[in-house]
Amino acid sequence: MKPYKILIVDDELSVRTSLNEWFLEDGFKVETAESAEDALYKMHRGPFDLILLDIKMPGMDGITLQKKIKEIDADVVIIIMTAYASVETAVEALKLGAFDYVTKPFDPDDLSRLVRNALKQKELADENIQLKEKITELAGVSNMVGESEGMKRVLEMVDTVAETDSTVLIRGESGTGKELIARAIHTRSKRRYFPIVAVNCGAIPETLLESELFGHEKGAFTGAQYRRKGKIELANGGTLFLDEIGDISSQMQVDLLRVIESKRFTRVGGGDEIQVDFRLICATNKNLEKLVEEEIFREDLYYRINVFTIFIPPLRERRSDILLLTEFFIQKYSRTMGKPVKKISAAAQEILLSHPWPGNVRELENAIERAMVVGKHSEIMSEDLPLHINEQEKKKDNFIKLDDLEKQHIEKIIAEANGNITRAASLLGIDRVTLYNKIKKYGIKR
Amino acid sequence: MNKQIYLAFINGHFPPDWKNLATDLRHCLPFTFEILSLKVNLRLFHSADRHQYHSTLLLGHLLKNLPEQGEKIIGITDVDIYIPILTFLFGEAQLNGRGAVVSTYRLNTVFYGLPRNDKLLYDRTLKEIMHELGHTFGLVHCADFECVMNSSTYVENIDLKQAFFCQSCQDKMGITCDKRTT
Ligand SMILES: [Zn+2]
Ligand SMILES: [Zn+2]
Repeated sequence: MKPYKILIVDDELSVRTSLNEWFLEDGFKVETAESAEDALYKMHRGPFDLILLDIKMPGMDGITLQKKIKEIDADVVIIIMTAYASVETAVEALKLGAFDYVTKPFDPDDLSRLVRNALKQKELADENIQLKEKITELAGVSNMVGESEGMKRVLEMVDTVAETDSTVLIRGESGTGKELIARAIHTRSKRRYFPIVAVNCGAIPETLLESELFGHEKGAFTGAQYRRKGKIELANGGTLFLDEIGDISSQMQVDLLRVIESKRFTRVGGGDEIQVDFRLICATNKNLEKLVEEEIFREDLYYRINVFTIFIPPLRERRSDILLLTEFFIQKYSRTMGKPVKKISAAAQEILLSHPWPGNVRELENAIERAMVVGKHSEIMSEDLPLHINEQEKKKDNFIKLDDLEKQHIEKIIAEANGNITRAASLLGIDRVTLYNKIKKYGIKR
Repeated sequence: MNKQIYLAFINGHFPPDWKNLATDLRHCLPFTFEILSLKVNLRLFHSADRHQYHSTLLLGHLLKNLPEQGEKIIGITDVDIYIPILTFLFGEAQLNGRGAVVSTYRLNTVFYGLPRNDKLLYDRTLKEIMHELGHTFGLVHCADFECVMNSSTYVENIDLKQAFFCQSCQDKMGITCDKRTT
């Protein structure tokens, strides 16, 4: 996880120290500034992800400071802190692009939620850029080569289904980019101006998943002090993406089926039914048919979600994409790391092409990223690649076929004899006719 | 690893059925826990405006009372605590430091208008003590929902987590938790 950097700007020492402590405990990197001048100085050494800014300080007023900060870094997220009296100023700050404001003293839950949302917003903006890159990457693969029939078919299906409002089931091994495909469908659909809300059903404990999906009313259970909207409600108008759908409990399957069929639900502890409108995309790497057979997954839910299925082939079944993806990742990381790596050596390419890639595109991306971190040349060498990928290659070497070995050896000797067959034959200890036969057999070029 | 940690119950606040506290803490934390009863003039830290007690000032006072052979002190109080910028706190700790405070005020079901539940109050307090102690050992909040270092801004979070450090937090602290059966 990337540690976010926060700047706290407040003239009151106690505010600076207590917020500093609060955010440190939350795992953030924190700096503080006691005045506008101090804040601008720290901004120049920057960059920060988020600034908590007291709107009312002696000297430069908060609004002017906010403008100056935005001049230095237009992307930084600003949250205004205000005492009750200066709410009007806060409104002005919002108009100038502050993300939100909090009134002192803050409720801890409000503060952490606000910061979380602000950073998520920032990440989404960053992600949108990444997503664009990734979509061009996907499109690029299909336009440029057309060698990988599997991926071409996937993209055709994305285009076809994006225009409809049909439920989509995306299947593929982990690391094949199922969420990417879901997002590609969403961004090409008429719902693209509404949110796509993703829930990784496998990663959230059972006890939390219900309130995560359906939300809860204030007082729904001990300590539910606030009403919270669930992901289903947040996806209203847009797309709900349920990843690892094969992992949900039987009770949750019942609840989900009801929402999918009726497009109505109630928050936990709530009485009123809420109407929602969303497009459902599910994904899994599980064998759902087997789970249905074993009565672990409901058959009726299976038929509900299995309307239009896109199967993403594993990377090993579309080897022609490996070098293209490699090139894409090299470009991507040379840009983000500021490293002038442009190429990959022939030996390293060979290794990438023969690796089985059980972790698929994600594994390939990690391998390239790692190679670019450790590499010392302007070209990725085989020793820069992760060890386990190199090992795999060595293992393969040990199981080389005798024929292949003979072919390689003959090629090497012919090259050494400068193409002189008589000399090559004598070096190999065979007669010229036998050598000619072998050259023909192996299709060796001279 | 024989560090002495003082659990200072402030102004005689120590429910009789909490005798197991030190034992329960030792499931994860291999230290010697000493239970103290500490008299504190809380009026010094009281805010008349807020009807709450200033947590950081209380923490400073506790540190002054840390016995010489002690490694850390953690104060447990039943009054409502705050820091100026926040409306309330469940607890406060010095990150990588020697002291912490835990308030049971908002851990109590009675605060939320619910029937008294001693078992729940005990479980919550135990988790909050572990959490704040974790901070004093340098741990920051953990994304694992069930880990005791998960951040709790409201009380239902506390009930979701376990009186347990996740493997990664255990590794960071260099400890091994026994599986509890309670
Ligand atoms: Zn904490
Ligand atoms: Zn943890």
